[in-house]
Amino acid sequence: MSDSTSLSPVLAVAGVAYAYGARRALDAVSFEVQKGQCAFLLGPNGAGKTTLFSLITRLYDAPEGRIEIAGFDLRRRSSKALSRLGVVFQQPTLDLDLTVMQNLRYHAALHGLSGREAEGRIEAELSRQAMYERRFEPVRQLNGGHRRRVEIARALLHGPELLLLDEPTVGLDVPSRLAIVDYVHQLCEDGRIAVLWATHLIDEIRGRDQLVILHRGRIRAAGSVADVLASAGAADVGAAFHLYTEAKT
Amino acid sequence: MRTMHAWRAMSGIVLRELYRFIRQRERFFSALVRPLVWLFIFAAGFRSTLGVAITPPYETYIAYEVYITPGLLGMIQLFNGMQSSLSMVYDREMGSMKTLLVSPLPRWFLLTSKLLGGVMVSLLQCYVFLAVAWLYDVQAPWAGYLLVLPALILSGMMLGALGLLLSSFIEQLENFAGVMNFVIFPMFFLSTALYPLWKLQESSPVLTTLARYNPFSQAVELVRYALYGQFNLQACLYTGVALAVFLGVAIIGYNPSRGMMQKKGSRL
Repeated sequence: MSDSTSLSPVLAVAGVAYAYGARRALDAVSFEVQKGQCAFLLGPNGAGKTTLFSLITRLYDAPEGRIEIAGFDLRRRSSKALSRLGVVFQQPTLDLDLTVMQNLRYHAALHGLSGREAEGRIEAELSRQAMYERRFEPVRQLNGGHRRRVEIARALLHGPELLLLDEPTVGLDVPSRLAIVDYVHQLCEDGRIAVLWATHLIDEIRGRDQLVILHRGRIRAAGSVADVLASAGAADVGAAFHLYTEAKT
Repeated sequence: MRTMHAWRAMSGIVLRELYRFIRQRERFFSALVRPLVWLFIFAAGFRSTLGVAITPPYETYIAYEVYITPGLLGMIQLFNGMQSSLSMVYDREMGSMKTLLVSPLPRWFLLTSKLLGGVMVSLLQCYVFLAVAWLYDVQAPWAGYLLVLPALILSGMMLGALGLLLSSFIEQLENFAGVMNFVIFPMFFLSTALYPLWKLQESSPVLTTLARYNPFSQAVELVRYALYGQFNLQACLYTGVALAVFLGVAIIGYNPSRGMMQKKGSRL
């Protein structure tokens, strides 16, 4: 998935398979994401996106294949690998009873940041999301867009090398969606981080992004937007997605 | 796992539980009202019919309120353990459990820290209850209030571990009602919390045997003896073993490759 051959990938998924009983959810899934790349994971419902995210976050283990984050094997060196990972899950995961600050301090503690270090990073990340002034408000008082911004700030708090986003813009209004899409693309362009973003919203994808199209647990296409369009002979991402998944967008 | 990282994470998890508890004031009052109702109403009503003869660790005849106070401390911890379990099932359904499980620390450590957080909350409740009971003239020796602390930590850990174990099996919040009927009530009533074993023996030897091997009975006896400045080795060992078993199975249940989490799939 990368034109860069000299760098080791931030995320490497190789031959991963997973089954729920007799039902195979993922089969021989392999792809890589390099630093500075924004890779979009596309697939219809039931394609295996959530299962793949659960494996990459080690909510459960892949019985077949190998996943590496920043060069660390997720199964054998899970602590090292997970310390380089930031995640925004599809469901909101902030504690509604706590303030923004308490939620972020909790996350910082889980990643072993000292109090002083955590305060500095919280200020920096919340300021980037224009949420620093609201740090002492209970999360329950924030709207959906602001909660998502806090979740992104939280995911970046410990300086991860890989950011996973599982449909983070679902249910948000257009300005909130755009703000998140712009911000994440800016992170990639700055070369700070690699991003794997699962979405159904094709308009969030930009020309320089990477695509991974997953259907019925298998990778149907992977590469830059230009490469995928060329191999599909499609005019746009929607048409390519339709071709590979036989699904309407 | 670096020591400083582990310490910060454990402190963070315990603090989060305390913050949540402080913000949920109604939870505090409901947790306190339950044993107080038993102390003020149930115990008063049954004082004459359930008279307690001299039985260790007591050295003289005691009022029924005095007898059931350690049992009510156990009740606070039992309900707190189940409340923690309920909140873990809720967190798992709502997704916030994921933030804990994807942090870069061993899962056994994360679960043990979460357990410890729940115990800290139950300790606050227990000491407030003891203070109210003291005002109601249910008074233990002063040293007992200090000596009961390690006993409450051990019993709280054991009952919290049971809650953790149950939470790893329960797939949906709706199933939790069954826990009330099949775990909490039998465990509480089939124990020495409300009546000593010899009293139960008069009614049913079978129930007496069940009550004797009920881990909750052992936890209550551990607390009862400690509150009166004595150490019950058997109860301590039994409670410790029960803690190890419950926590061990719960950790397997939450293991990403072996446990029940695999079967739950995307629900997690």
